[in-house]
Parts: sequence; C-alpha cells; structure tokens
Amino acid sequence: MSYLIRNVSIVGKPACDILIRDGVVAEVGADLSATGAEVVDGTGLIALPGLVDLHTHLRAPGRADAETVLTGSRAAALGGYTAVCAMANTAPVADTAGVVEQVLRLGQEAGLVDVQPIGAVTVGLAGEELAELGTMATSAARVSIFSDDGHCVSDPRLMRRALEYVKAFDGVIAQHAEEPRLTAGAQMHEGEVSARLGLAGWPAVAEEAIIARDALLAEHVGARLHICHVSTAGSVEIIRWAKSRGIRITAEVTPHHLILTDDLAGSYDPVYKVNPPLRTAADVAALRQALIEGVIDVVATDHAPHAVEDKECEWEYARPGMLGLQTALSVVFSECSGEGGLDWDGVAERMSRTPARIAGLTDHGRDPAPGVPANLTLVDPAGRWTVEPGELVSKSRNTPYRAMELPVRVVATFLRGVPTVLDGKLAGGHA
Amino acid sequence: MIRHLLAAGDLDASTATRMLDTAGEMASLADREVKKLPTLRGRTVVNLFYEDSTRTRTSFEVAAKRLSADVINFSAKGSSVSKGESLKDTALTLQAMGADAVVIRHSASGAPYRLAQWIRGCVVNAGDGTHEHPTQALLDAYTMRSRLGRLAGLNVAIVGDVLHSRVARSNVALLHTLGAKVTLVAPPTLLPVGVGAWPCATSYDLDATLPDSDVVMMLRVQRERLTAGWRDSFFPSEREYSRRYGLDAARLRRMPDHAIVMHPGPMNRGVEITAEVADSPRSTIVEQVANGVSVRMAVLYLLLGGSS
Repeated sequence: MSYLIRNVSIVGKPACDILIRDGVVAEVGADLSATGAEVVDGTGLIALPGLVDLHTHLRAPGRADAETVLTGSRAAALGGYTAVCAMANTAPVADTAGVVEQVLRLGQEAGLVDVQPIGAVTVGLAGEELAELGTMATSAARVSIFSDDGHCVSDPRLMRRALEYVKAFDGVIAQHAEEPRLTAGAQMHEGEVSARLGLAGWPAVAEEAIIARDALLAEHVGARLHICHVSTAGSVEIIRWAKSRGIRITAEVTPHHLILTDDLAGSYDPVYKVNPPLRTAADVAALRQALIEGVIDVVATDHAPHAVEDKECEWEYARPGMLGLQTALSVVFSECSGEGGLDWDGVAERMSRTPARIAGLTDHGRDPAPGVPANLTLVDPAGRWTVEPGELVSKSRNTPYRAMELPVRVVATFLRGVPTVLDGKLAGGHA
Repeated sequence: MIRHLLAAGDLDASTATRMLDTAGEMASLADREVKKLPTLRGRTVVNLFYEDSTRTRTSFEVAAKRLSADVINFSAKGSSVSKGESLKDTALTLQAMGADAVVIRHSASGAPYRLAQWIRGCVVNAGDGTHEHPTQALLDAYTMRSRLGRLAGLNVAIVGDVLHSRVARSNVALLHTLGAKVTLVAPPTLLPVGVGAWPCATSYDLDATLPDSDVVMMLRVQRERLTAGWRDSFFPSEREYSRRYGLDAARLRRMPDHAIVMHPGPMNRGVEITAEVADSPRSTIVEQVANGVSVRMAVLYLLLGGSS
C-alpha cells in the first residue's frame, strides 16, 4: 500500500508532498504523482516525525482493569505517537527478560505503536539489589532504559552501581527523583496550599537533592543519567548546572507539570493527585522556559491510567497519576508555543527526535525524507477540541483536563507506512 | 445560609455571627426542664464517624436529639465500612436511606468535600484529617465571646502541634474573620511550611507571647508524636516539649488577670497542660464541652431549617 500526502508542511516548512511506499518515505517534493497511491489531503496540516513517549504506564501485565497494551496503544496512536516506552512498575515487575519480552510481544500484537519496554533497575523495584540489566539489554526487547519509576533508587551506592553497570551496553538510568525519607506520607506539593488543606507535603527539595546527587554520581562514573518528570524550578537550575559541567544528563517534563498547579488540590478531587505533585505557578513557568530552551530535553507523558475506584475516593487513599497520551501534544502546544516559544520544529525536537535518540529508537524521530521509515504524524494546527473523559480511548477516565478546550488536533498517524489514525479516528481494523 | 459546613474558612462574618447568636438562644434552652425543640422532627441526621471520637459524636447526637431529629450513628467499626466499603458507596447508601444531614469525622483531609459531591443532603465536617474542625472553632469562639464579651481585637495564642491540628486551622480562619488577632506558638517543626500565608502571627516563644494574650488555647500533643522513634520525632523529648511549650502555674501567672485557658480536649495532663492549670477557674475546658452542644444545635438548625 502506498500513500501520497499532498500539500503538507513538514515541521513548519513550505508545503510539499510526501510519498510513502513499502513502509518508508519514498519521495518528498512538489507535485509528486503516484498511481495507485491513496491520497491524503495535507492542506493546512503539519507533518511531524511520529511522537515518541519516554514514559508510559500501560499497566500490563497486571492491571488490565486500568489499561492494556492495546487500549494504551490506541490512546498513543490517537495522540500522534508512533513509539512509547512502557514503564516497568507492572505486576509482575518488568525486571526479567521474560517480562520485558512479554510486553514487547503484546505491543507487537496490538500493532499501533512500537512498544519499547523499560526494565526495572532493582529486583521487584525494591531498591535492594540490581535486576539482571544485561540480560534484559540483550533480550529480544533490547532494553536500554532502566527505571524503578514510582520509586526512587534512593540508596546512593546502589544508584552508583546501576549507573556504572549499564555503561557496558550504553544503557541509561531514568531516575524517579524523590528522596523517600522526605516524602513519607506526602500527598501534594509542600507549600501554602498544602498548609491550608492539611495535606502532608512533598517538598521540592526531595526531588532536587536526588537530582543533584545523581548528577554528581553520573559525572564521577562517566555514565548517562535521565531524570523523569522534573517538576520544580530548583531542579531546572541543577540540571542547567550539570549540563554546563558536561555531565551526561537528560531530563523530561510531563504535560501536566506545564499547565496545572497545586491549588487544584483545593477540590480534594484526586484526579489532580499525581507524583511528583502539581507545583506552583512559578515552577510551571520555569519548566515551560526550560523546555523551550532545551535545558529540559523532552516532554514525556507519564500516562498513568487508574481504575475508577482508585480515584473516586478520599484524596489520601487515591493512587497518583493522570492520563496523558491523547492530550500531550495539545497541552504542549497550548503552553509552550507562540511568541518566544517552541515552533513546530521545536515540538518535533522535544516530542520526537530527542526522545527517540535517548531511547535508541533509530526508526523513530526522523523527519520525512527518502528512505526514512514512515513513522509520522499529521496535525491540524488550527484544530480545537474539548476533552471529554468518556471519549478518550484509554480504559481509564482519570484525565485532569475534563471540559477543557485545547488547540491542535491529530489528524493522522502512520506507523511504518501504515495509517493507525486517519481523519482523527483509529484507522480501519484498529477501531 | 450555606448548604454545607465544610470549613470555617468558608464562613463570612455575618454567617458566623448568626451561628454564634443562634447558639446563644439554644444555650438558654439547656436551662429549661424540657430541653427539646420540635424544629427538626422527621429529619434524619447521620453521624458517620471513621475515627473514634466519643466526645464529638455524642455532642452532635445530643444536639440533633434536642432538635427532635432522628439520629443514626454509623460508625466505621462494626459496619460495612469496616468491611472495606468505599466512602462513595457509603454515601450512596445514606442517600438512599434519606439522610437529610451527614456529620462526618474522617482521618483523611478533604473527605467531607468528597462526600458533598455524592449526596444531596447537607454535610457537616466534624473533623477531617489535619484540615479543619469548624464546629470546634465555632464553639471556641462562642466560649471566648461568652467569657470575654467580644471577639474583635482579642489576642488569642494557639499553642502546640499546629502542623497536624485541624482545630488550629479552623480557629485561625474563623477568629480572623471575626476580628481577633491570632498568634500561633510552636516549635518550628510543628508549624507548616507555608504558614506565612495564614492571617495570623507566629512565634517560637511561649513566654514572650503570654503577657499580651487574652486567650491561650493549648493544643493536644498527639500520642504518636510523643512515642515516635527519633527519626520521626518533631521534638527531642516529651520533657523538653513540656518545658518549652507546656502551660503550668508559673506561666499562668504571666498571663493578664482576665485571660482564659482553653483546650479542645482530650488533654494530656502533664504534657501540654498541668492539672493545676486545667482545673483552675481560668480554664474553660468544661464550658467548651457544654457550648459544643449549643453550637452544633445552631449549625444543624441553620443548615437544615433553611430547607424545611
């Protein structure tokens, strides 16, 4: 099957045609013709390299009531993603070759996005002994990102060993930066709002102290470090400093930390409970600026589906996390584009090219050009839509953007030349 | 009138004053031989208590019964709640049973806000986690006004574990609304980060605060703070806490002659307050209990009466 996308702007450049044949981009240019190709009108649309998410919770294996690889993949495709990295905090934990290969296989069966498993750093995420990182790296899943996300690798000696060990196969440790001794029982950002609401505080320093420590450890052993879901202005300054010293550090920010603030906890509705917690407006402003400048390298969704009963309850008892895959691009565009912000090339850099490079996904994150695998997304920059939780395709409903009107619609997504989304809907066979 | 009583911070001065005035009328009833009013006959008040609190539950129960309401005590122990039923399912059950008001005590901050989303009746917060305890603040304000004749301009010191105290949060909000000046006195570890945004002053020095105080309200030190291991402790020892922040006879003498001593109970005698102070004529602790019934009658009357 071949597709001819007519009159589309590749990452904001002057419009042209893109011919896709046999899973790759065959030609890019003006007035292309191809007999037998299905024509997609790209007038007014932007073509981006398919989005890549470094941080997705697909809840498989173990919590099929909240999400499956199939439902999460649908959400990803509709959000413009062609690859997602599946976090390891499943049940059982993805800490062996067997589990990561299972996740890989489930992704292939769903066939909507490339699902790249992340391996746990420590056995059972317990933070006590290293998982068989090398075995996961050489398994069929070819794991290169390791993370205990949901938990911090808080023991400094263990973290040092992990950083050192994965150098052998160019792996990277993605740290959930949270000093657990400072966040015992924590419910939300520690500040004026938590003081008023009587919810136990999660201080910014608990994140910042770990980032500073790990940056120094990474420097000491010459290893790669990635920081998950950076949430504070102070963290941005530490990362900026670490980069200026030449430390091999990368960092991600979630869409929700670019738009939502801690005062939303005032309703005690746990749809706003997330870890790390929503921070202050000053933190949000610093994170936006850091993403625009590139101090923070990528946007990652931390898509975290939860069953109804885990959110329809008291704040303290609710699980932390929010849906993110279908809303990420719109939120990023809403908060970080415009005057002095990210243009489409910048969006492609933060949401596709750089995350693909960090994850080692060489088929992704490449602008459409002859010979490049046809993993790409068409978006309508003028489109607007209103988030209705019931219309999202995730198995869960815990979006914090209910009834919010957002810019930018994903019109089509192609995975290796096959449309997973067309006309803003899952393409034939995938619905 | 407001629909729910979730936080003292939601009350404006006129609503709060009306509640205190109504409580005064209710109090006069206590002196009569027949203490009941027919006002809430046929209405159902549910006491939904997820935490043990005999004194608060009993106070609400007496208040509702004096207004002739039917009272159902739905305690977490020995009910479906202890079998793991969710708050939402419990709420829907109470709704189906026709509860006109639910008085909720819960260990999780904000639980009354959640409940109010799920039922049609009015919700009264009887203490939620470390957030608020609005009827305690109302009865404290009522007690101060009864003893000292006014609230505006009073200097009120609230002493102790402010960080974990719903009583402190409610009192700061209500007393500010009613024109009193509050100073929170505590070791720095027991003041929340962000307290600077509250409409009150703070101090680490009890002795310096006492001479200017019209009211000294001692907060209970939670047992678990006293017995915590050193890694989780907020202060070095019970003895040091008492020495620096406990109210004893010597400190009582530093207070102005007219000043009163309050405590929301239950007291740790010998920790935050000595027996000598607790039992002195300056202490309003027993009055606070009596006033609690009048204030809770007023709250139920005003919330439920408005919709009858």
